[in-house]
Amino acid sequence: MKIVVCIKQVPATNDAKIDPETKRIVREGMKAILNPFDTYAVEEGVQLRDKFGGEVIALSMGPPKAEASLREAISVGVDRAILLSDRAFGGSDTWATSYALSKAIKKIGDIDLVICGKQAIDGDTAQVGPGIAAHLDWLQATYVMAVEEISSSSIRVKRMHEDGYDICEMSLPAVITVVKDINIPRVPSLKGRLASNKCEIPVWKPDDIGADTSKIGLNGSPTRVVKIQPPPPRHTSTKKIEGSSIECAQSLLRELRLRSIV
Amino acid sequence: MIAFTDAERKEYRNIWVVAEILSGEIQSVTHELTGAAKILADLRKSEVWVVVMGFGIKGKLESLFAYGADVAIVVDHPGLSGFVDETEAKIMKRLIVKYKPEVVICGATSRGRALIPRVSVMTHCGLTADCTGLSIDPENGDLLQTRPAFGGNILATIRCSNHRPQMATVRPRVMKSPEPDPGRTGRIIKEEMLTSDTEKIKQIIDIFHSTETAYNIADAQIIISGGRGMKGPKGFNLLKQFAERVGGAAVGASRAAVDSGWIPYAHQVGQTGQTVQTKVYIACGISGQIQHLVGMQSCDLIIAIDKNPDTPMMQIADIAVVGDLFEIIPEIVSEIPKL
Repeated sequence: MKIVVCIKQVPATNDAKIDPETKRIVREGMKAILNPFDTYAVEEGVQLRDKFGGEVIALSMGPPKAEASLREAISVGVDRAILLSDRAFGGSDTWATSYALSKAIKKIGDIDLVICGKQAIDGDTAQVGPGIAAHLDWLQATYVMAVEEISSSSIRVKRMHEDGYDICEMSLPAVITVVKDINIPRVPSLKGRLASNKCEIPVWKPDDIGADTSKIGLNGSPTRVVKIQPPPPRHTSTKKIEGSSIECAQSLLRELRLRSIV
Repeated sequence: MIAFTDAERKEYRNIWVVAEILSGEIQSVTHELTGAAKILADLRKSEVWVVVMGFGIKGKLESLFAYGADVAIVVDHPGLSGFVDETEAKIMKRLIVKYKPEVVICGATSRGRALIPRVSVMTHCGLTADCTGLSIDPENGDLLQTRPAFGGNILATIRCSNHRPQMATVRPRVMKSPEPDPGRTGRIIKEEMLTSDTEKIKQIIDIFHSTETAYNIADAQIIISGGRGMKGPKGFNLLKQFAERVGGAAVGASRAAVDSGWIPYAHQVGQTGQTVQTKVYIACGISGQIQHLVGMQSCDLIIAIDKNPDTPMMQIADIAVVGDLFEIIPEIVSEIPKL
């Protein structure tokens, strides 16, 4: 079994600020973390490799410093990692990002399964996983909460939906995106930390993956961000209710009744 | 599809909505989006078309017309009774190539968020997720899509000028459902399934309807949510009682409560749970870490109950009740008559 786990380094969102003049996100000094949803994808890849043998490879696209997230993946058991990094990839939207990742997956070759986190916490789009599947013309299952069975030729997964769940079976190769329910990510072992410090992470450029430059970066992205602004402020004041428990309950009930909530 | 010139763009007309079907029933998000599409279509002097893919949906289409659809394109086939991403994406691509819509809007549901990215890649279109606002340039048809990003810390406006159709997803309950007009009628276009639609697809083995594994808190009008301050599963029983007395309320939870095993993950609100935009959010014993706040801060009315008046949640709340929730909530429950 040869598995690729796609991961993204994201800013820790509570640091997100907008420059009042340029209206752009201030990325300088912003703390970067491995996208929390991707930790479940990494863990699932490592668990499947441990059970069935083979190799699990972490793949990311981003600036050079995104290497840190790939090292984090290695520290918890991923065999090797590849970073797609080049100015030409900059400004890619989800269409162009999934195109570049799909080209890298083809270049790695003989992949049975691609695992992504449900979505990244910065964009929250959940579009790159299915996008990769579409570019590769592979089958896909999103919101996967359990891998029930896997063989060299097929995978059976449990998918979460608003009204319940379903079990579906797909021939491999396929792409799955996973939700938090699927596992509990491990913490890095000492051996893992050493491996992550030592490993060489190759950086691939558009030429390395045979990418059509008209399909990557800002030029290859159908969507354009034309404006960025802070959200409207929530409200001006908080109404505080204090007193004995019974007084608090009565005051709150009055507020609820005023608004026809109860 | 790439459409660089005005002439190319003019070939694309009408605003499409992809219907959300669960168990053969058209979901309310479809009506909300039909209403939003109608506003755009009126500005463009074009029509609203709703694409309905499912099984056994015939005879349920009148509601679409009542909410503003002019045309329903229907593909009704047993192969569409479960959600097969690959099949639906192939059908969508075929319909888009055949009828050339200017805009395609889809619910940002588990199904919509799986289907539409696949379609957007197959048709080389731009797609914007989870839009909270949609407006259209009446002259050139460019869709201006507003969406929150960075966990709600910014609002981005996105345009997609050189590709048609322009695609967007919108979360349920973000757009207001219009008043239905039962007298309104429309046309039905029936489209067939092709053999190729069912080649190289997943097999649905089983479908389970369950409110416990996929508790649909985002669909509720009111969420009563608990955090570390609930102290254990018993605390959540209290919240369940509270929710039962308040019509249409669901129980939510912070990550801390879920990670402690007090309540299943499906109830979790926040960055690694669900984003909710309910009318009322009652936070009980939730301190309000940023990861939680981004999942609920756009609710209309936020009420917080906590002993500590200085938590971030108590600061952002519209109403902050300072006190012991184990005394206050039972008191409230006893005062609300049983439904």
